[in-house]
Amino acid sequence: MRYMYQKNPAISKGIDWVMVWLYAILVCIGILCIFSVEFRSSDNLTQTFLGFKKNYSKQLYFFAACSVLAIFILLTDSKLFTAMANLSYLVGILLIIATFVVGKEIKGSRSWIPLGFMNLQPVELCKIFTALALSKYLSQQETDFRRPKSQLIAAAIAFTPAMFSLLQGETGLALVYFSFLIAMYREGLPPGYLIAGASLAVLLVATLLLKPIHLVIAFSAIAGGIIFFSWRRIRRNYALLVFVLLGWAFCVGFVQFAVPFIFKHVLKGYQADRIFSMVGKSNPYADEKTVQLNQVDEKAKKKKEEAQDYNVKQSKIAIGSGGFAGKGFLKGTQTQGDFVPEQHTDFIFTSVGENFGFWGTSILMLLYLFLLLRIVRIAERQRSTFSRVYAYSVAGIIFFHVSVNICVTIGLAPVIGITLPLMSYGGSSLLTFTILLFILIKLDADRQMVLR
Amino acid sequence: MPVFNQSRKNVIMLVFIGMFVVILLQLMNLQLFSPNYRIQAEDQGTFRKVIYPDRGIVFDRTGKAILQNTVIYDLMVIPGKIKGTDTATLCSILGIDTAEFHKRIITAIIKNKSYRASIFEPLLTNERMAKLNEIMYKLAPGYYLQERSVRDYPFDAGGNIFGYLGEVDSNVLKNPQYQGYVMGDYIGKAGLERTYEKVLMGQRGIEFWKRDKFNRLTDRLENGKFDTAAVAGQNMYTSIDIELQALGEKLMENKLGSIVAVDPKTGGILCMVSSPTYKPKLLTGAERKKHFAELLLSPARPLFNRSVSATYSPGSTFKTLQALVGLHEGVITTDFRVSCGGAFYGCGGGKPMRCLDVGTFDLRNAIRMSDNTYFATVMQRVINNPVYPSQDSSLSKWDQYMYAFGLGHKLGIDVPSEKPGLIPTPALYDKMHGKGRWNYCTYRSVSIGQGEVDVTPIQVANEMAYIANKGWYRIPHLVDSIEGGDTFGMLEKFKEKHSAVDIPDSVFEVVHDGMQAVVDGGTGAGARVSGIRICGKTGTVENYFRGVKQPNHAFFCGFAPRDNPKIAIMCVVENSGRFGGTYAAPIVGLMIEKYLNDTIAANRQAVVEKFANMNLIPSRIYTEMKTLDSMLHAKDSAYLLAKGYIRLIKDTMDVDASDEEEALDQIKIDKEGIKKGKPVKDSGDRKFTIKTEAILPDQKKKTELKDSLNN
Repeated sequence: MRYMYQKNPAISKGIDWVMVWLYAILVCIGILCIFSVEFRSSDNLTQTFLGFKKNYSKQLYFFAACSVLAIFILLTDSKLFTAMANLSYLVGILLIIATFVVGKEIKGSRSWIPLGFMNLQPVELCKIFTALALSKYLSQQETDFRRPKSQLIAAAIAFTPAMFSLLQGETGLALVYFSFLIAMYREGLPPGYLIAGASLAVLLVATLLLKPIHLVIAFSAIAGGIIFFSWRRIRRNYALLVFVLLGWAFCVGFVQFAVPFIFKHVLKGYQADRIFSMVGKSNPYADEKTVQLNQVDEKAKKKKEEAQDYNVKQSKIAIGSGGFAGKGFLKGTQTQGDFVPEQHTDFIFTSVGENFGFWGTSILMLLYLFLLLRIVRIAERQRSTFSRVYAYSVAGIIFFHVSVNICVTIGLAPVIGITLPLMSYGGSSLLTFTILLFILIKLDADRQMVLR
Repeated sequence: MPVFNQSRKNVIMLVFIGMFVVILLQLMNLQLFSPNYRIQAEDQGTFRKVIYPDRGIVFDRTGKAILQNTVIYDLMVIPGKIKGTDTATLCSILGIDTAEFHKRIITAIIKNKSYRASIFEPLLTNERMAKLNEIMYKLAPGYYLQERSVRDYPFDAGGNIFGYLGEVDSNVLKNPQYQGYVMGDYIGKAGLERTYEKVLMGQRGIEFWKRDKFNRLTDRLENGKFDTAAVAGQNMYTSIDIELQALGEKLMENKLGSIVAVDPKTGGILCMVSSPTYKPKLLTGAERKKHFAELLLSPARPLFNRSVSATYSPGSTFKTLQALVGLHEGVITTDFRVSCGGAFYGCGGGKPMRCLDVGTFDLRNAIRMSDNTYFATVMQRVINNPVYPSQDSSLSKWDQYMYAFGLGHKLGIDVPSEKPGLIPTPALYDKMHGKGRWNYCTYRSVSIGQGEVDVTPIQVANEMAYIANKGWYRIPHLVDSIEGGDTFGMLEKFKEKHSAVDIPDSVFEVVHDGMQAVVDGGTGAGARVSGIRICGKTGTVENYFRGVKQPNHAFFCGFAPRDNPKIAIMCVVENSGRFGGTYAAPIVGLMIEKYLNDTIAANRQAVVEKFANMNLIPSRIYTEMKTLDSMLHAKDSAYLLAKGYIRLIKDTMDVDASDEEEALDQIKIDKEGIKKGKPVKDSGDRKFTIKTEAILPDQKKKTELKDSLNN
């Protein structure tokens, strides 16, 4: 293989073959998993593979198409990516907006554009454009990422598509855009922001989940504990005491007054409902009238929740029943029996768990970890900021996808519709990750160039 | 500037690694330390399909299959796939209208969902099967035919012998002997099917299947690696002569009673008729439960195997045994004579035991004329024999003789529900009258087979085999051999000869003389068959039902031919009135003729018809039937009474049944449907339909016959 490419040094020069191999291996594992989920012993193998009827044969064709695209990307000039970054971002945003007009509804979300041979999800593709645009902005010489203004602009670039995605009801895809924080962090985003943001998120979720009075008691206990244990330092510096008390006052105020105020007066009823429904609760701040109106809604919601519970339960059964060694390829009774819904897309990991057991899942996890660490290594050897930011963006996106998807299947996270990179069935997803990775490989091949 | 943040690379890498460690820990927890998931997966993802082997076939003594398996087809439907099929033709073949069609489809969908198969029409008749087969290609894939194995009775006789199959009930499931049976399995519930369940049922096979979330079986698990094949049940060869059995059932039609015939040499049972009986085909197929309840509720008790479960006073048939005891004890000789002046006066006062023929008898003639006084005297001599110090010991000695003759205890025959009968012991009389407050005269009627003595028909037949063999018998049994060997050792006990007391042949010769005289020119002349030397003994048994005297039971027992006995037989006709010689003897004669000559002479066919058409069922049975019928028609309280009645029957009859109450409900619903003029669901002419005549004819018929008999 290698020899063949070396005949044409213009393409193969500087390419990180480890990345290419990792890519190919993961896609192949994915096709095998889809095959193991869908193949029945009564099927005619050649017919179904050539027939473009079954999902595994479709995925094979997607892979072939993506390979061609990958070669095209490797043939382009790296400068093109910097040049196109802002433009593509604009096109991406426009495409997302276009879905509101010409969008096709698939599985309850109107975020798809039908192309005839496949359905395209712009939010999915927009990850690439956002990564490029963010890299472009951060690599500009006039950008000083220490200044809040730059930080705000960067955040705006990263989160605009997420906002649209939220409006379309694709919470999972919107959350992916938070993964750009990893790249921003690497570029100097003060960790205080992340910590504060994370704390605020925890506080918010806790407010939604627990009763305010319990939280107040908890905060008081924590504050009391801090004062008690650092009494000596406080005696030396009373400002510390003031700081702790201010923190306590803020938390209590947030829980007791700010949140109810926001839910009652700032947000509209349905918005509040939607937020609460995300954590699986009904809105306690709703008016009597709306409660009655929502009762029908409530039933439908409950049904949906039960369905999600069922998904996770079945997924856990399938993975858990694999044991250490697994049941063997094509011998999984759960995946073959169609027990896990969406098992060829979002829950593809279950087939690995059932057929190949713990050693199979751990090897797959190590492959993904190796891929991520490899990307970090590639990122750090870039001379240009553009390439580095882009590499970290890719690492962040893949990390978010892999960890959230697998956490969902093993019951560590609530059900969020998000694919397993390179393995889940679906042309849109495979295309996105192929482009993401091969742009990175191309940039890395040209790492001697300084791109702006 | 960003170069200064290079150390943040490590933080990011740590976050990555940390997340993956968390995931790996959870995977470890799920896959290595949670065996529960594996069990749950097996529960929902695999299916153990039990493959039922064919039950063993039963042959008669000539090698004819008398109990076998047959395949009947059910028409199955998958409601989700019937769009566009020719419903009209199907309806016309099955004889249903569109409304009924829709009802059945909806029921199927409710029961089994639209993507799973349900039974549309069970147990198709051959005719419908043929018609359906022609258009089956048009009905596919929404409909298909599914075969089902059911028990088949080529001669449709011997219901009481074979027994029937029924679903296992909770009692069976609790019994460790029947380990491996699950709810819904069929098991032999009576007769041979029950006794030889282990032999007949074979070994079940198991197939492991994968199934999907709709509970559909998709594929064999690992290509059948874990499957075990089913082994068919063993075939059994019996001593039954099915033609003799059929003749016996015919002769006993419309009578209560029993005929049992035994091959004295082997102990093999040639026929075992219990009347009224039922056509065994009634208890297979779709309407099994309904028929079962009807049979169970019938006051004539057709499910009750009288041959082994009914006990009667033996009456005069008991006298031959007294002769044996007397001769062997030496209290009489063959020349011993007793004269009867009208009654037995050996006890002085009290109610006299009358004899029918006045005169002086020796042993031979006493047997011939069934002289009461003679045998009362013989037994008196046995009991009052000075060799024995007390009444207790002499009665115990007498008991030993009776036990040796096969009375007073269960013989160990291979159909269930055998009763031990009753032979009076000193302990019994102590209990009845007080210790020392009884003597021979207290129970003198025992000597002529009345009073505290009960026997079952099978015991009497066995007693005849004992006399025919001159002193031994083998336990009567139905099954001679089992194909492939008697794995469970169930036939061992039938090989042993039983001869507890040693009585010389000469003694038997005298008794045989007397018994031959009975047929040649005594009370049992009705049994005579030209060309065959038959030995026999009549019996006429007084009996009471709830304290009210009923017409006598007619008894006849015997064996033939005298020189080389091939058949020992007994017949009892309950409440026939008159004497044993009137009804029972001719029936026995016909049976012997059929068995020994293989056919019944042309000039005697009319006798067969005459007896077959005779109705001797006592009127109280008809009264009870009426009561029961009105009970079923009446309101709920009476209906509940009927339910209690079923439990009562179950207890008294030792019938092992579980689902008849449900069937009773069905009967009630059907009957109410008729009463209120509701359209009764006509499901076409099912393969098995029951008519009242299957059990009992109308009473009208009976009176007519009685008249003709009197003429």
